[in-house]
Amino acid sequence: MTRWQGQLIKVDDYRWKIPENYKAGMRVPGLIYASNEMLESIREEQTPEQVANVAFLPGIVGYSLAMPDIHWGYGFPIGGVAAMDMKDGVVSPGGVGYDINCGVRLLRTNLSEAEVRPKIGQLINELFHDIPSGLGSEGKIKIDQKEMARLMVEGARWAVKRGFGYEEDLDVTEEGGCLSGADPGKVSDKAVKRGMPQAGTLGSGNHFLEIQVVKEIFDPYIASIMGITEIGQILVLVHTGSRGFGHQVCTDHLRVMEEAVSKYGIKLPDRQLACAPVESKEGRDYLAAMACAANYAWANRQCIAHWAREIFSKVFGKTPEQLSMKQIYDVAHNIAKIEEHTVDGRKLKVCVHRKGATRAFPPRHKDVPQRYQKIGQPVLVPGDMGRCSFIAAGTDRAMAESFGSTCHGAGRVLSRGAAKRSVRGRDVVQELESKGITVRAENIPSLAEEASQAYKDVTEIIEVVHKAGISKKVAMAVPMGVIKG
Amino acid sequence: MKKAFEIIDHTADVGIVAYGANLEELFSNAALALFSLIIEPESIEEKLHRDFKVSSEDRDSLLVNWLNELIYVFDAEHILFRRFDINTLSENILQATCYGESFNPTKHKIKIGVKAATYHMLTLEENTGGYKARVIFDI
Repeated sequence: MTRWQGQLIKVDDYRWKIPENYKAGMRVPGLIYASNEMLESIREEQTPEQVANVAFLPGIVGYSLAMPDIHWGYGFPIGGVAAMDMKDGVVSPGGVGYDINCGVRLLRTNLSEAEVRPKIGQLINELFHDIPSGLGSEGKIKIDQKEMARLMVEGARWAVKRGFGYEEDLDVTEEGGCLSGADPGKVSDKAVKRGMPQAGTLGSGNHFLEIQVVKEIFDPYIASIMGITEIGQILVLVHTGSRGFGHQVCTDHLRVMEEAVSKYGIKLPDRQLACAPVESKEGRDYLAAMACAANYAWANRQCIAHWAREIFSKVFGKTPEQLSMKQIYDVAHNIAKIEEHTVDGRKLKVCVHRKGATRAFPPRHKDVPQRYQKIGQPVLVPGDMGRCSFIAAGTDRAMAESFGSTCHGAGRVLSRGAAKRSVRGRDVVQELESKGITVRAENIPSLAEEASQAYKDVTEIIEVVHKAGISKKVAMAVPMGVIKG
Repeated sequence: MKKAFEIIDHTADVGIVAYGANLEELFSNAALALFSLIIEPESIEEKLHRDFKVSSEDRDSLLVNWLNELIYVFDAEHILFRRFDINTLSENILQATCYGESFNPTKHKIKIGVKAATYHMLTLEENTGGYKARVIFDI
């Protein structure tokens, strides 16, 4: 891969600008959040070129943004954020990604490390046994086409209605776990057929369920409002998305967008950026189908979190209420949303694409749950399975400059092949065991692909977004047990 | 004989470069490369066959659509293929008969779950002695 040689102008210690005149056709400049040390690795691939390419898209306002966890994606970089004016802008499925509403959900407990450590093996085995994971895994819930249509429209509420979790979980889920505008009529039979058997499954790749121990609390006040009060407290993190369903929705609509590009005379530097005006039939159809996939993912995480509660309940002989297993929050990190933002002093309705980026709304924002009005929206940033994850909160600065967005995770530095060549799956298991982390996976060799060495250190990423002010560091937790597909 | 395909690395994902003396062979080898990412093709027996018809706006996207069709059948119906007879191939239409069997967890070891063929870095070109195509997959 050739190194990227383009120009990056230093704005401050954590902001680097790609000037609008870097490439003819850019409508706005690019802005990358990164530390000086990170720039070297960012330049190693053509990722900044992708940031510049996104700036070509019609209707883009402000900047083509990239979070410090950026890496090379298709068309859009992963870690990219782009907002398009609803009046003359476009929506691009590539700006959302294949795994629509891939995201994370975090539960708290009142259990301590000392209570869980002796039972971690049993817990992980039960979770692994009970939560369908791995390739082609089929769910414990059997749904027909009619139920699938309801699930697509109702999202997490569909699951709660069927006894998977509580009404109050919805209050602390982005969009209440249900994105409006979902129209199953815009979803292909293929997507439905692919999605039905996979509902309520964790999936493969980088998806996981983790039992974590709180190691550091940076902001005790904010943490306490989230229900994180003690070092050593146990948390449960679920990371998954819309499975084959979302992939099929993306694949289907990319085909439609391919034709739309020529129909609307849109000039693109990369075919994978295919898009259509937000207000066109193609654009609206995509958003209606994307909402179905987003809702599918919220229902998925709702079911999986419920089963995790059941297992804890069984293993500890207490009800989830007695274990105080409340949901802290659930965020999407692959999604497009219609939001209102202020750009150059003007209030604008925009379509915000977050691809490998998390919403980070500030205190007092109307879309932040009542419980978090004083502290801002919780932001969940998982790291790789050998290091740690962070809990952060949204800020006014994020609202003012990054369309209320921040980073989403660690970001790969090694390809899956390179990771496999440098380490074996079995060695990864041993290394994790030596750190006190129990891991169960469907596919042991592929664990190597998810080894720590394959990822940037999430600690460096969170430092950048914290110091840049687009989110506030609240707490850090380390894994004690992991199940993977 | 010239090799049928190679596997290439991509930071977040994985890709293939397929070769063919003609376009039919290229499309067939690209499909074989796809299944070799998922599983050892030798472990797939020819127990069933399925006819495919794929259409598209142009040749490049025909290749992407063809591979996505196979991924769909794998993910939705869990069928693995190892032989691909291309019966008709034009700029916009491909008709093929594929041979393979249903996924059997006791016999088949899945290496990775390929979820979509992308347009990212897609190339399909004619060179001396045949054709060459590159496709990156989302996994």
